[in-house]
Amino acid sequence: MNLRVALGSIIAKDLRAYYLKPPHLSWGVIFPLAWAGMFFIRSGSGLDSVAALLPGVIAVSVLFGTTSMLAVTITFERKSGALDRLLLAPIPLEWLMLAKTVNAIAFGVANAVPPILLAGCLTGFSGVAWEEVIPTLVLIAVSSAFTGLFVAVTASEVFEAQMFSNFFRFPMLFLCGLFFPIQQLPAWLRPLSYCLPLTYGADALHASIRQSGQMPLSLDFGMLILLSALLFAFSVRNIRRRWIP
Amino acid sequence: MNRQPIKDNGAIDVRGLTKRFGAVQAVAGVDFDVREGELFGFLGPNGAGKTTTINMLVGLARPDAGTIRIAGIDCSTRPKAAQHLVGVVPDVSNLYPELTGFSNLCFCGALYGMARRDRQARARELLHAFGLSQAADRKFGGYSKGMKRKLTIAAGILHQPPVLFLDEPTTGIDVASARQIRQLIADLNAKGTTIFLTTHYIEEAQRLCRRIAFIVQGRIVRIDTVENLMRQADGRCAVQFAVSRHGAMLAEAMAAAFPGLECRALGEDAVSVASPESVHVGPLVRFIEDHGAEVFEARRIRPSLEEVFVRVTGIEAAAMRQDAERARVGGDL
Repeated sequence: MNLRVALGSIIAKDLRAYYLKPPHLSWGVIFPLAWAGMFFIRSGSGLDSVAALLPGVIAVSVLFGTTSMLAVTITFERKSGALDRLLLAPIPLEWLMLAKTVNAIAFGVANAVPPILLAGCLTGFSGVAWEEVIPTLVLIAVSSAFTGLFVAVTASEVFEAQMFSNFFRFPMLFLCGLFFPIQQLPAWLRPLSYCLPLTYGADALHASIRQSGQMPLSLDFGMLILLSALLFAFSVRNIRRRWIP
Repeated sequence: MNRQPIKDNGAIDVRGLTKRFGAVQAVAGVDFDVREGELFGFLGPNGAGKTTTINMLVGLARPDAGTIRIAGIDCSTRPKAAQHLVGVVPDVSNLYPELTGFSNLCFCGALYGMARRDRQARARELLHAFGLSQAADRKFGGYSKGMKRKLTIAAGILHQPPVLFLDEPTTGIDVASARQIRQLIADLNAKGTTIFLTTHYIEEAQRLCRRIAFIVQGRIVRIDTVENLMRQADGRCAVQFAVSRHGAMLAEAMAAAFPGLECRALGEDAVSVASPESVHVGPLVRFIEDHGAEVFEARRIRPSLEEVFVRVTGIEAAAMRQDAERARVGGDL
């Protein structure tokens, strides 16, 4: 059994069937640009605010792009019975789910490009530590993809997946320190913030773009990896329980 | 990719298979085995536990108890090794609607690790064999039901599995396509593929299978060769009378007057009479005429597997209902 052939085919098939479709491609550009435009133009502080807003806008673009695609594609395949075909193949479940998430991770990282380019055109890229930004982007996309996987496993309909995704995503906009520091949140909400992977992703972006991180970068990366691993393990456990009853 | 031979003589061996979903006992201690190269039928009404059984056999459901061995491999300890040896054609045509027929087959071959050249060659071969070459580059979503079914079967056998599970392969398709699919199944079996077929078309099972299991309410009530099952039916004599009127009344009166006969009304203009011994037609005709009806025709009915199925599963279902009622009364007490 050549596992590489099987996993490569799943990735290529998903890319062709979902991610490279014109509506998704244009959505991957328009949606992050809309986020960026909304925050940059309406912030009221002129170009000075762009650098301050950029980490939040990037994180939101990656989060929404990744979770939307994965939750919908997996729920759609589950509903049509096509996912059963994958479960019947002699591929370990963990590898199968990793193959299903690879494209979502890449799509999420690509979603970060429009706001970065827009910000670069407006204010330039001085002071940005790219060697930190890029791994941070990947880790945010990974953690968001596994959040999407967690949602997809829980939902049985596409609309349920969309609704359930928002249940996670919108609170994250306020809880994860994207646009204002966590310290401004009520004290009783802060523990919840520290349980969310995006908190560490946003902090790492603030550190690498504006040198204004609240936690050590190693802690941000460590927590992103740990929470991603937990989300993945929990999702795979749920798949075994719910999809292979 | 060449077909992998089954080392053990038994292709499928199932012992004490049990599955419960909440309060529903879907499968209750099922035992059977399917020999290498056999075409084995699994018959039962809707909700009997056919699909749950097949799902457990192929790894889409976990048994609560019991063991499954595919080609000697224990599916509870090495499920993926067993999955490599099986092909599955589910009851729904679940290929990807946005991919072409050819791409769908190539993708399914890749899932089993087949090299690009091998899977492309095999996909072309199967498209040709299934009469779908002309539709190879059309999207699966645009196929007719019969074409979808054929391509789904092709996807199940692309990697040349020694054991094939077919779940209701001809349900919901036109007569011509169903006939073609039955021929494809027979050909596959003739080439050595072990086939586990679930269907509720009894005639289909009778025509294709060597052995058949009847499953009712999660229990196998009978496993035997088609020959033996038919022999059981052959021992019975059944005669159908076409009458002018009073079919229901006549059946009731005949049952009372001739206690050794099973009399059944087939509407108001026909009565069927069955017996383990030969049926003497003369007294019955006179009896019908004495009751004010004319007999237009009396003909011997050829026994069918359907009759055996109804008789076997009916008796067992009634017994199981009694068991369940007894258990409930016991529980209430």
